[in-house]
Amino acid sequence: MEGTGMTETMNSFPWLTILTLVPIVGALAVLAMGGRNKSLVRWTALAFSAISLLITLVLWHSFNSAADGFQFQELHAWIPSLNVSYRVGIDGLGLLMLLLTSIVVPIGMLASWQIEERVPLYFALVLMLQTCLVGTFTALNFFHWFIFWELALIPAFFLVRLWGGSGSAKAAMQFLVYTMVGSVAMLLSFLAIFLSTNTFDFSEIATMGQNGTLMPAVVAKLGWHLLTPEHVALVIFFGAFLGFAVKVPLFPFHTWLPSTYAEAPSGTTILLTGAMSKMGVYGFLRILLPIFSPEMQKVLNLLLWLAVATVVLSAYTAMAQKDLKRIFAYSSINHLGYCLLAIFAVAKYTGGDAALTTQKFAAMNGVFLQMFNHGLTAATLFWFIAMLEKRTGGVRGLDDFGGLRKVIPVFTGLMGIALFSSLGLPGLNGFIGEFLIFKGSFPLVTWATSLSVIGLLITAIFILGVIQRVFSGPLKEKWAQLPDLTLGERLTLVPVIGFMFALGLYPQLILGVVNHTAIQMAIHLRNF
Amino acid sequence: MLAWTIYISFLGALVLLLLPSRSAALVRVVALATTLVTFAITLTAFLQHRSGEMFTVVDHPWISSMGIHFSLKADGISLTLLLLTGVIGVCGVLFSWNIDHRIKEFFAFYLVLIGAVYGVFLSFDLFLLFVFYEIVVIPKYFLIAIWGSTRREYAAMKLVLYSFIGSAMVLVGLIAAYVVAGSKSMSLGDLAGYHYSPHFQMWAFPLVFVGFGVLAGLWPFHTWAPTGHVAAPTAASMLLAGVVMKLGAYGCLRVAMTLFPLGLAPWGFHVLGLGSWRDVFAVLAVIGILYGALVALVQKDFKFVIGYSSISHMGFILLGLMTLNQIGLSGAVVQMVSHGILAGLLFGVVGRMVYSRTHTRDLPALGPMHLSKLLPFAAFTFVIAGMASMGLPGFSGFAAELMILIGVWHSYPTLIFFVGIGLIAGVAYIWRAMQQAFFSGSSAIVVQPEHPLPPITFPEKLGAGILICSSVIVGTFPQVFLNVIHPALNSPLFQGLRNGGW
Repeated sequence: MEGTGMTETMNSFPWLTILTLVPIVGALAVLAMGGRNKSLVRWTALAFSAISLLITLVLWHSFNSAADGFQFQELHAWIPSLNVSYRVGIDGLGLLMLLLTSIVVPIGMLASWQIEERVPLYFALVLMLQTCLVGTFTALNFFHWFIFWELALIPAFFLVRLWGGSGSAKAAMQFLVYTMVGSVAMLLSFLAIFLSTNTFDFSEIATMGQNGTLMPAVVAKLGWHLLTPEHVALVIFFGAFLGFAVKVPLFPFHTWLPSTYAEAPSGTTILLTGAMSKMGVYGFLRILLPIFSPEMQKVLNLLLWLAVATVVLSAYTAMAQKDLKRIFAYSSINHLGYCLLAIFAVAKYTGGDAALTTQKFAAMNGVFLQMFNHGLTAATLFWFIAMLEKRTGGVRGLDDFGGLRKVIPVFTGLMGIALFSSLGLPGLNGFIGEFLIFKGSFPLVTWATSLSVIGLLITAIFILGVIQRVFSGPLKEKWAQLPDLTLGERLTLVPVIGFMFALGLYPQLILGVVNHTAIQMAIHLRNF
Repeated sequence: MLAWTIYISFLGALVLLLLPSRSAALVRVVALATTLVTFAITLTAFLQHRSGEMFTVVDHPWISSMGIHFSLKADGISLTLLLLTGVIGVCGVLFSWNIDHRIKEFFAFYLVLIGAVYGVFLSFDLFLLFVFYEIVVIPKYFLIAIWGSTRREYAAMKLVLYSFIGSAMVLVGLIAAYVVAGSKSMSLGDLAGYHYSPHFQMWAFPLVFVGFGVLAGLWPFHTWAPTGHVAAPTAASMLLAGVVMKLGAYGCLRVAMTLFPLGLAPWGFHVLGLGSWRDVFAVLAVIGILYGALVALVQKDFKFVIGYSSISHMGFILLGLMTLNQIGLSGAVVQMVSHGILAGLLFGVVGRMVYSRTHTRDLPALGPMHLSKLLPFAAFTFVIAGMASMGLPGFSGFAAELMILIGVWHSYPTLIFFVGIGLIAGVAYIWRAMQQAFFSGSSAIVVQPEHPLPPITFPEKLGAGILICSSVIVGTFPQVFLNVIHPALNSPLFQGLRNGGW
């Protein structure tokens, strides 16, 4: 079976299961502690997330970046009657997502330090979310993957609902219903696939998808006489597509996002944008693309238009926002739109053209890097917004500020770096992902890539606008006494900012590990 | 040994009636002990009989001249449902720990009900099954009429009348089957093996299926259920929705579908796109799923939401039965277990934890009470129960619905979209009820309840804990149940169904 070649012995030390369970143990510990000693609760939760980070770094170090297939695999029988097995493993992409999660969660926790209500429950939910994220990034069987995909909605819903702003009830409900509709569609599609192939294993289904045997099996089994076989294939594809499109999000399934990001407490927004949105892109890469690339090729132009709309319209809308959180909520949609542009470009039929295949490798690497770098940068940006809110008592409108660099110079400097990273300034981490995406996609889907450049331009405009409106210009009297960054904040921020520079100047840090996986993923796509 | 579940339950009821009525604690302990013992028996039997094959528990001639035997048998499906009854029986007692009005009679009726339910699941002689089926109705009436709430006499009467009409239909069908087969035996095995004419089966099947279906909440014969469940006291609601409705579904599978499999065959002509009784009941099941969910979505009374959600979930079971493939049928049986557990949990929260404290079930009134702060355990339990009920993976509902959906893809792919809408509606009504009851209300409006709400007691927590664990076990290890259900479905009893091949 391609793609499942094992370079380690089966059932080596169960690192991935442990990594999945550590946060849930932490959640139970934190709940058991009760709310009397809030400080202890926060530090305990942080400690557990630090353990996860440590384990992830161990995995990073032991990972063999030249090997095919999945590593650290574990395989156990689970529900033989349904051909469901507990199978976990990671390749370069999975490892990268685990690293991102283990960095974003502590940042989210630190940004939530000032929460005073129901503290144990808050941090328990954050840890529960981390378990679900790790679960989705390591699962290789649909049944078990879907459990974590759905379970993640519970902590996310309550984090937004119970600690959110005034509009949080409506936002949380919208978030939930949207995601659920997508999930139900995806579930139905995969059940149809199971009926036809008798497997829930991603690798096996992907092999069938690439061989061209999947859809004929589905069509034969379903016996729908009203639709042609091509249409049946597209319906099944669309169901799965909807589940992921809502999560990323892709235009026009994005309308749940801005309210949810804005109403959520900033610590939660960090988790939503830094990690949860990557679940959607991961789903496109791990599941949708390998299984359905033939169907994607058939509707490629439509998909590309949706990606372009996502990129350009979200940037344009961001420019019109007055709430800092909404600006970066829309900006998140924009940054992930580039990922989808590249994914669709990679799906394109190019025959055996070697030059274009090399471009696909570049685009794929770009997607991986963009996922990681956007996660890091967006998390940091919302962290700064949280720190600003803490100082201003919740005020975060664009027009409320001005001239802050005179009062909080260190804050300005560091947030400025994060802002430039989001803009895509070379030398910082935000540049390399976008560069590779554009470089790879341009020869493949020239018109779509060219239109997407507009997104880059508009992003530059509104980010510079933020810098100008918030940090330069006349200072309002009420902010004249704003405290600058504390020592604790500086100690925690500087490594993150440093990491942004490191990745910007030496992307090989990540590329070295993920490049092989990116190439393998692109190669295994059928071109017919 | 399984027969003792019946005997001990009835014995327990007798003991309770003979006890002096002074000691409430003694009554509760006796009731709990009885249910625990019967649960232990069902659990032991489940663990012992791994093969899932039908085995005889008891077989005595009873009215030999008519070929009626006191015959009890069990296979994988029965064992699963007996285990469910055991768990719900125990938890029902725990959730009723606070009853203080005529406690003896309450638990006595309760135990008679449980005993009769065990009897139905174990009976292999159709006359015996019918006797137990009728015995079930009597305690139901009294439990609702005496200890119930909203419109209890009306609800009790309606429930009983519907049940009797359903039973009457079943009786006609069974007597017809008995007579046509030569009036020699009432044993299910013998009658199922008899080859009735297709014409006979074509009218006998819908008669018996609808007769049992009334109790199973088949749309449009379901209207007794929401009224009845809302009026009933918590433990009775738990039993009614959790177990007694499953008697109907069990009857559909065990009796109607095995005796008259040809009744499911195509008619040869189509009416409104439906070509067989199978099509008819599949469509009715889907209508039930959608109707239950959509009506639950607009209810103001918390308990009515749960009542209608039961109709919706029973729709899944009936749909699973109509898929006629192994995975759909197994899914239906697992859904019987799953919904039994979850209905128990949901009624436990709504009836016992919330209503007996706040004395209101009106959702707009509950919101400003900020119950998530006053009764955090209740909020937590409802969240879990709600998640499980809407099919969140990891819990029993997902495992069951997954299998049913695969079965539906196989047999009725066109209905899948409607079922999908039902799933989404299921999410919507649960979240709406949850929001309004526990997490609603801005902090501006806070309504203090008239007297401080007593904290959640230990029996309630224990009951909730048992049910949550059960749901998680079924959801993460459904294989345990599939191992006994599959051999049962492959047994000679269901041969006629398998031969159908439609």
